[in-house]
Amino acid sequence: MQQHGWWQRLIEIVSRNPLVFIFIFFIIIPFIVPYKALATQIIIWGLFALGYNVCLGYTGMLSFGHAAYFGIGAYTAAIVLIRLWENIWFALFCGLLMGAVMAFILGYLCIKRRGIYFAMLTLAFAQLLYFIGFQWVDLTGGDNGLRNIPAVPLSIFGLSVDIYSPLRFYFFVLFFVALSLLAINLILQSPFGHVLQAVRENDQRAKSCGYETSNVRWLAFVISGAISGLAGGLYALYLHFVGIESLYWTTSGQVVMMTLLGGMGTFIGPFIGAGVFLYIEDTLSVITPNWMIFLGPVFVLCVLFFPAGIWGTIKDLATRRRKWGG
Amino acid sequence: MSSNKRVTRREFLKKTGAIGGMVAFGGIYIPKQSFAQTKEPFKVGFPIPLTGPYGTEAKDQQAGAELAVAEINAKGGVLGRKVELIVRDDKLKADEGARRAKELIESEKVQLLSGNLAAHVQLATNEQAKLHGIPYVSVSQSNEITQRPDNSIYTYHEALDPHMTTQAVGEYVAKNFGKRWYFVTSDYAYGWQMTDGFIRKGKEFGAISVGETKHPLGTSDYSAYMPRILVANPDVLFLDNFGKDQINSVKQATSFGLKKKMQIVCPILLMSSRLGGGEEAFDGVIGGVSFYWEMNHPTAKAFVEAFRKMHGRPPIDYAGYAYSGVKELLSGFNRAGSLDPVALATAIEGRTYDNYKGEQWWRSCDHQSQQDVFIIKSKKAKAEYDVFEIIATVSGKGERLLRTCVELGQNPNAPIRSGLIQK
Amino acid sequence: MEWTVIVMQLFTGLSLGMLYVLLALGLSIIFGLLTVVNFAHGAMFMWGAYAGVATFAITGNFWLALLISPLVIGGYGLIVERGLIRPLYGRDINYPLLLTFGLQLIMIEIVRIFWGTSDQPFSAPASLSMPVEIFGIFYFPSYRLFIIGITLVICIILWIFLEKTNLGLVIRAGTRDPLMVRALGIDMRRIWWLVFGIGSALAGIAGILAAPIRSVFPEMGIAMLVECFAVVVVGGMGSLKGAILSGIIMGEAISITTLFYPQMADIVIFLVMAIVLLIRPSGLFGKAGLLE
Repeated sequence: MQQHGWWQRLIEIVSRNPLVFIFIFFIIIPFIVPYKALATQIIIWGLFALGYNVCLGYTGMLSFGHAAYFGIGAYTAAIVLIRLWENIWFALFCGLLMGAVMAFILGYLCIKRRGIYFAMLTLAFAQLLYFIGFQWVDLTGGDNGLRNIPAVPLSIFGLSVDIYSPLRFYFFVLFFVALSLLAINLILQSPFGHVLQAVRENDQRAKSCGYETSNVRWLAFVISGAISGLAGGLYALYLHFVGIESLYWTTSGQVVMMTLLGGMGTFIGPFIGAGVFLYIEDTLSVITPNWMIFLGPVFVLCVLFFPAGIWGTIKDLATRRRKWGG
Repeated sequence: MSSNKRVTRREFLKKTGAIGGMVAFGGIYIPKQSFAQTKEPFKVGFPIPLTGPYGTEAKDQQAGAELAVAEINAKGGVLGRKVELIVRDDKLKADEGARRAKELIESEKVQLLSGNLAAHVQLATNEQAKLHGIPYVSVSQSNEITQRPDNSIYTYHEALDPHMTTQAVGEYVAKNFGKRWYFVTSDYAYGWQMTDGFIRKGKEFGAISVGETKHPLGTSDYSAYMPRILVANPDVLFLDNFGKDQINSVKQATSFGLKKKMQIVCPILLMSSRLGGGEEAFDGVIGGVSFYWEMNHPTAKAFVEAFRKMHGRPPIDYAGYAYSGVKELLSGFNRAGSLDPVALATAIEGRTYDNYKGEQWWRSCDHQSQQDVFIIKSKKAKAEYDVFEIIATVSGKGERLLRTCVELGQNPNAPIRSGLIQK
Repeated sequence: MEWTVIVMQLFTGLSLGMLYVLLALGLSIIFGLLTVVNFAHGAMFMWGAYAGVATFAITGNFWLALLISPLVIGGYGLIVERGLIRPLYGRDINYPLLLTFGLQLIMIEIVRIFWGTSDQPFSAPASLSMPVEIFGIFYFPSYRLFIIGITLVICIILWIFLEKTNLGLVIRAGTRDPLMVRALGIDMRRIWWLVFGIGSALAGIAGILAAPIRSVFPEMGIAMLVECFAVVVVGGMGSLKGAILSGIIMGEAISITTLFYPQMADIVIFLVMAIVLLIRPSGLFGKAGLLE
């Protein structure tokens, strides 16, 4: 029996250099999927899932309220463009910042609890934020959503670039996604990243090694919130509009599904999860409105038999190592 | 077998696999145009809430649009091209609506957008239409869609809006019932707008609001509100909510015995609500509607007959909106003679027409279709869809039900040209 | 504000609270014994309502529907536990939550396919449709009194079951110290299986009880579920006393808030939950450290 067939070697190479292959993947997807806007959506949600994965996969915290950071990033970016300054860089930066700030605040309130209580608390706070957004019509547009975001061209080195054609917009979003990927990669490879994983594996042990684990988790939470906020800001530009659903718990649920589907302990997993989820949804939606009847069982099967998600399972099969399912 | 060509099974599989893969990949790659032999079809994008609580209304929207498309195609299509209706599911969610609009514009290359039921989804689709310069005819209620900055040269509104509905229904109620009005308002834009509209109209007749209660969207339990209503002792109870909320509130108001003391009014009475709530609950309830299939009018009868023939059931108001809206825009393109948005606008603005319910007129400053409103009352069903009777018609002529152009931020003396994309 | 209005509001709060109590009992009992967060609880509530609609459509008898719904949903719960949840024991505590999350999506879709997306009409039986005069002051729908009554009956039955029977004893012991129970030679798996069934049945009966006063539609369990979580967390996950008390408190909180400041009615449940959790992390009656 061949231990190292060509495909196993390929998987190994990919998982050792995830970034290279992600970038290759990014360059080709707009040309594979049925239409480019879908590719844009995949990478935006992939970014969101990536941010979420810092919280779930790498730190081991199941948050059910990440819509709060995504939504707030979206609203912030849009409001900045409409009311403050028609500058895309600044708007996206504000989105990222607000995501971090909200995660800072809510993280402080939630981090002390673990397990299920943590999940329920994050859900509760996200719902609170949703209802506030719903009622604060002057700021958010309420249930009608925030419309009339100006189609601001991107200013680079004095040039004004129109980014709103499908392919151009894709590469515009890709730029930010790529930056974030590099940043996350750096963080996860750094000593801090290793502490994160230590905390996930065994909190008590990490504490006894002298780490202030709740601070570690809090910081990870803030990073996760920042990335989610950036993804939200990009989504606002993509839709040209911010809907109140971006704060609703179904958005939180969706990113959880994508992350799990793709593989929560892995780097590329979230992107694959987002891609598979959105592609299936898009393709099946055209055929039947009941597409969830296909995706639902896939998800359930994943939880039962492939807890490492698509990418995690592929890796396991390649290396023939039983990974602890977390 | 000669031994020169030693094709092992493995190699054979590899080769066919590679070739098959290339064909498949190529298949994904081949653009759709290469299949079209004749002129490309004229595509109408139609995202509607197929999943979610208004699936029935959505299906009727589709049915109405299909009838319009069939009629136009029978007369030669649009600009010599066959019209194709491309239906998608917007899941009653604004971001989904925007995504679907993007897909329809980018992938299907539609020339016209319509559909959507919920106001917030319409507005999101409208944003995409404006961004890409595709005409969008809204066939459901929304107050914002004719206002600046949402409205544009590409935006058309065939349906009623909450303002028109409340002016009509409010006028009828003020003339026929007492002056003490109580409002149960669904706590979102639709509810607020309905209540505001009623209060505004009521003032003209000296009606006063003796109480307002806002309830969260999707409330199932209205028992908590009943004591307050009883204590306020109104003549008329307005249930400014929609769909499920309407069913629940009507059912529960009935079970608390409120009908003995006051008249219950709903701004819009949906057929599906009436069927879902049952005749006991809705008995005697009054409301407004844009169209009811039993109305006695030549074009209405023709529409109902054609619809019945195609779909086996009578049309509801949403079917009518979709039918008329799509038909108007498609025939507009024909009259314009091109896809130019200005030519289209010019061909439609100021036009008087009667597709299915009486005279309608396109106002130029905001592309709103002026039309009559019917007051209906729920009754015990004598046949499957025979659940309402029309007790009055409120005329929409002379812009009497519309907000003024100025009020909407529009120019009363010029047709709307804002948002025109220079290509 | 007249005091009659307040009293009437308290009554309506009680009847609202009863549905929460039933749901919270089910969720809490499942959590207390299995440490499983049943995200499909709301969907079971919804299936209970549809089971009632279906039974009524076939038999035309409300009481029969009331009896059959919990049995059907309870049976379904038994299948779910055995087939889907049991394989997950021994894994991270989050897995059953994720699985039931996916399960409820499927359950909702199934109903959409077979019954469509619009409302199913369902009325209370004629015997319960007349308003009843309370203390000669105001009228109250008798059906809601019925809900209060039957929930009380169910609570009493549950209490007798847990306090006075051997099986109940094992369940109570299992909540407190599962290892010990195992050491005594009792197979907890059977018990878990049964308890999941009971919890599901409670959700099912809540569903059919709710059907005449709310509309019956595929998404009816979603809002209920999130609120139910809040109720259980406030009461203390695993505590039945807590579930009952918290259910009543939440029902009254919503009712009174509706009277004075209706827009807050949606939020008040989460506010209460957030406050309780920050002050008393395990809820009113929960055990500290039960699931860290």
